[in-house]
Amino acid sequence: MLETKANPNISKSTGLPRKRFYRARAHSNPLSDSHFPVPISPSHVDYSLHYPHFFPSSDQSDSSKKIQFADIGCGFGGLLISLSTLFPETLMIGMELRDKVTEYVKERILALRVANPGQNQNISVTRTNSMKYIPNYFEKGQLSKMFFLFPDPHFKEKNHRRRVISTHLLDEYAYALGVGGIIYTITDVEELGEWMKACLESHPMFEALTEKELEADPVVELLSSATEEGQKVARNGGQTFRAVYRRVTPPL
Amino acid sequence: MKFSNFSNRSSEKRVTAVALSNDGLHVCFADKFGVVWVVDLDSVDSNQALVNKKAAQMLAHYCSIITSLEFSPDGRFIVSADRDFKIRVTVFPKKPLDGAHEIQSFCLGHTEFVSCLAFVSTSEYPQGFLVSGSGDSTVRLWNISSGSLLDTCEVEMKAGLLESNRRGEDCNSAITDLCTIPDCTMIAVAIQSLQGIVLLSCDLSARTLSIAKVVSIMGETFIPTSSRASFSAGLLWMVSGVSNLRGFDHHSLARVRVISGFNKSNLDPQEFEPIVLEDNEIPGGYKLLEKLQGSVVVEEKVFLAAAEAVKTAMSNLLVKKQYSVEKREFRKRTRNDRKTKQ
Repeated sequence: MLETKANPNISKSTGLPRKRFYRARAHSNPLSDSHFPVPISPSHVDYSLHYPHFFPSSDQSDSSKKIQFADIGCGFGGLLISLSTLFPETLMIGMELRDKVTEYVKERILALRVANPGQNQNISVTRTNSMKYIPNYFEKGQLSKMFFLFPDPHFKEKNHRRRVISTHLLDEYAYALGVGGIIYTITDVEELGEWMKACLESHPMFEALTEKELEADPVVELLSSATEEGQKVARNGGQTFRAVYRRVTPPL
Repeated sequence: MKFSNFSNRSSEKRVTAVALSNDGLHVCFADKFGVVWVVDLDSVDSNQALVNKKAAQMLAHYCSIITSLEFSPDGRFIVSADRDFKIRVTVFPKKPLDGAHEIQSFCLGHTEFVSCLAFVSTSEYPQGFLVSGSGDSTVRLWNISSGSLLDTCEVEMKAGLLESNRRGEDCNSAITDLCTIPDCTMIAVAIQSLQGIVLLSCDLSARTLSIAKVVSIMGETFIPTSSRASFSAGLLWMVSGVSNLRGFDHHSLARVRVISGFNKSNLDPQEFEPIVLEDNEIPGGYKLLEKLQGSVVVEEKVFLAAAEAVKTAMSNLLVKKQYSVEKREFRKRTRNDRKTKQ
């Protein structure tokens, strides 16, 4: 608390971090060697650092509670915070590659926990390259929802392998998602929307949700309304392209 | 015996690992970008259609160099290791050309690049266990269906190689190659900076690895980079090889040595006495050596240079670069795209 008061990056009136002190470049190269710590395996992820309310000590052997939602490329964390109240008992994590942005989300969650005691204890953020290190964080079938909201479009064909949705990476996402788990993608770039849809459609371990199922899912609505990127698109009257798919057992 | 080339496939990127499926119907190879390609050999016998049969992408590690590819003894899985400390176990599908999408497990535990893979299997354990060697100078034993780590053997430390070989602090000698001796649970391990080979014995019922013997090779600075066991004769063939050696008459070096004594009768590691064969004792003698090596005698300084070259090549390619915070900040400040804006 004392520390946050002294921090000039945090607004005095709201107690929340101010975005302008956490400006970062819009893009980060996912191919470069990373120099942040990565857990050796999912059992090395320290839950007590992320969720002190649920894991008071670092000894987590007795608890079976695990992270179930992953927001890949969580950006400034808008979706996480909306989901946090919708699923207060579900642990979720945001994964972001840009260090300053991760720092912002971290401060934001801490400030929200102080402002609303007992709330937002189930969300956290980590700086990582999710294209490389998903298996280091999650066991097989651990996740029930994965979010890819407004990812970097990487227009040039040469850079398509930097896209976060690709046939090969979907293999890894299918590994981390349990059967029945749902993958949510949305973008305002038509070309990327088609690409993500095509990748998911052709993958044997994913099937599209029906219109009815999409309407019944309260999360679908948040995709375009909860995130900073989504609000920006809505403000400018832009179009969004959504693809929501379920993890299924592959046909033999 | 004579080999002949019956078909060529070219890859756009440098190939880093190859594996042939147990039924001999598919060849898989991995490139430097982490993509594993598969070629169907079914049609190769009939000489037509051969040319237009292209390699298809089967799976990929995200932009990581794949260091080793191996099929499980029962042929159900293909295992791939990369420089990002990962081992991926993928179900080998019925139609590999459509891609291998189902991941059985990840074997995680190494703290440096994974350099080599091998399977230990016996008639009691036909499905076998995976062993892996790494830049962290450990050999690990895995259960591939769950991805769980069964045992870790710190080879360099346990074999007592530390004192004699440690120079400076960066000497975590990488494991360069692993080779299982057929029909027995011994594993030959080649380590950077060891003149010889370490034999590990693997207890499959207790699921443990232990050092059985360190076989040193006297007389020359022979540090093997690769080894393979022959099935019938109980021999272990080792190669120390390097290409593109600068500053010497020969641009490449290959030296072959053979260890004998791996017969079924002496399975007991305690009584096992391996013998390093002299050049004239190996099957084929000088004639074979000359064919394989180019010349019979190799100069000592060439060996030393080769060992050094292998070491630097491996660390340049596989070890992650560590930059200090100051260096990173400096690079950020002197970034080109920002300069042009000002």
